[in-house]
Amino acid sequence: MECFTDRGTAMGRVAFGSITKDVCLALVPEAVVGDHVIVHAGVAIAVLDVDTARETLELFAQIDFGGEQ
Amino acid sequence: MKYVEEFADPEAARRILGRIAARTTRRWKIMEVCGGQTHAILRHGIDQLLPEEIELIHGPGCPVCVTPIELIDRALAIAARPEVVFCSFGDMLRVPGSDGDLFSVRAGGGDVRVVYSPLDALTVAEDNPSKEVVFFAVGFETTAPANALAVIEARRRGLTNFSILVSHVRVPPALRSILESPDSEIDGFLAAGHVCTVMGDQEYRALVAEFGVPIVITGFEPVDVLEGIHRVVAQLEAGTAEVDNAYPRAVRAEGNRVAREMIETVFAATDRAWRGVGTIPDSGWRLAPEFGAFDAELLFEVADVVAEEDPVCRAGEVLLGVLRPSDCEAFGTSCTPRTPLGAPMVSTEGACAAYHRYGRLGREIGARP
Repeated sequence: MECFTDRGTAMGRVAFGSITKDVCLALVPEAVVGDHVIVHAGVAIAVLDVDTARETLELFAQIDFGGEQ
Repeated sequence: MKYVEEFADPEAARRILGRIAARTTRRWKIMEVCGGQTHAILRHGIDQLLPEEIELIHGPGCPVCVTPIELIDRALAIAARPEVVFCSFGDMLRVPGSDGDLFSVRAGGGDVRVVYSPLDALTVAEDNPSKEVVFFAVGFETTAPANALAVIEARRRGLTNFSILVSHVRVPPALRSILESPDSEIDGFLAAGHVCTVMGDQEYRALVAEFGVPIVITGFEPVDVLEGIHRVVAQLEAGTAEVDNAYPRAVRAEGNRVAREMIETVFAATDRAWRGVGTIPDSGWRLAPEFGAFDAELLFEVADVVAEEDPVCRAGEVLLGVLRPSDCEAFGTSCTPRTPLGAPMVSTEGACAAYHRYGRLGREIGARP
């Protein structure tokens, strides 16, 4: 993601897989270049918590195949 | 995309399915509220992979579906005016009003444009100063910040030719309405992740305290949906009822404060009619009085439009989770995505469209050669 301003509005160029789109960052003032954002209707509504995402994936990886942890 | 594919990993899905099967000892009915989750469930076959004791009931979380027909008719009346450029998300265009849809208005010469964001409609207004540009602002709490932002930006940029036709609805009052219904048999809910990304979990805590049903905030990738189901089942089997967050990478307890403040500035609570369901008190937002200059319903005199629903369509029962789409007499026969009788067959979040697209055709229709 890279950041710029369009007519006074905070914007970012966001890669969605292989395509990029300009999205509004006005609702995520904490966003910085390199962040992952969740975008709805052209507006970023959250910065993804990458550490938490990794923790969740680790928990899934620890589940025994039989079912219970 | 990073942090998307990982949550569609078949191995993780199998592990969580194993856990669900190990925990389930009796029948449970779980409602996924959001139409995006309904489509994920049917697309990935989650409904067919779960233990047969677990029944997923599809909820009313399809904004296009619940937009009342009166409002569609008002949109059609506004869009047909020669001075208007009418901007909308794409899946509104085929939603049937009493007489036609936005596509038929366009075919009749109306300037109807599909936009990806309300901010794109703002750009259309700047580029067309001699036209009145109206954006059809439908949606749940997820879309409300973008629409609020468009209004704030229009005011800041001094635009006088931009307005929005508002039909905003909120999830918690709809859940309350379902929980209060004597027909409801829902044991637990998957709450829509991105609604909570904006709003936080406060209103769900109140519902859990009052009705004693587990509510698990759930994401949209297949592994997210399975983990949400797993956590509801775990609570039901343990006899507990809490708000649990199974989507912590995107949802904080307080939501997005900037977005919430913007919503509170621009919108005010109002009763809303839900298409096929009826009026639910305080279940939506309208523009606050100080933003009346951007309110298309006030700017264009369309309040006297009288609407007529198709008598065959049973969308209301589908939206409340009382009728499975494939059990409707019209499903796949007189009602298809090309010839929809109701909005749930049109929308990318509609349950009828999901059943049709992913081949849950029901015994009778499915048996045909």
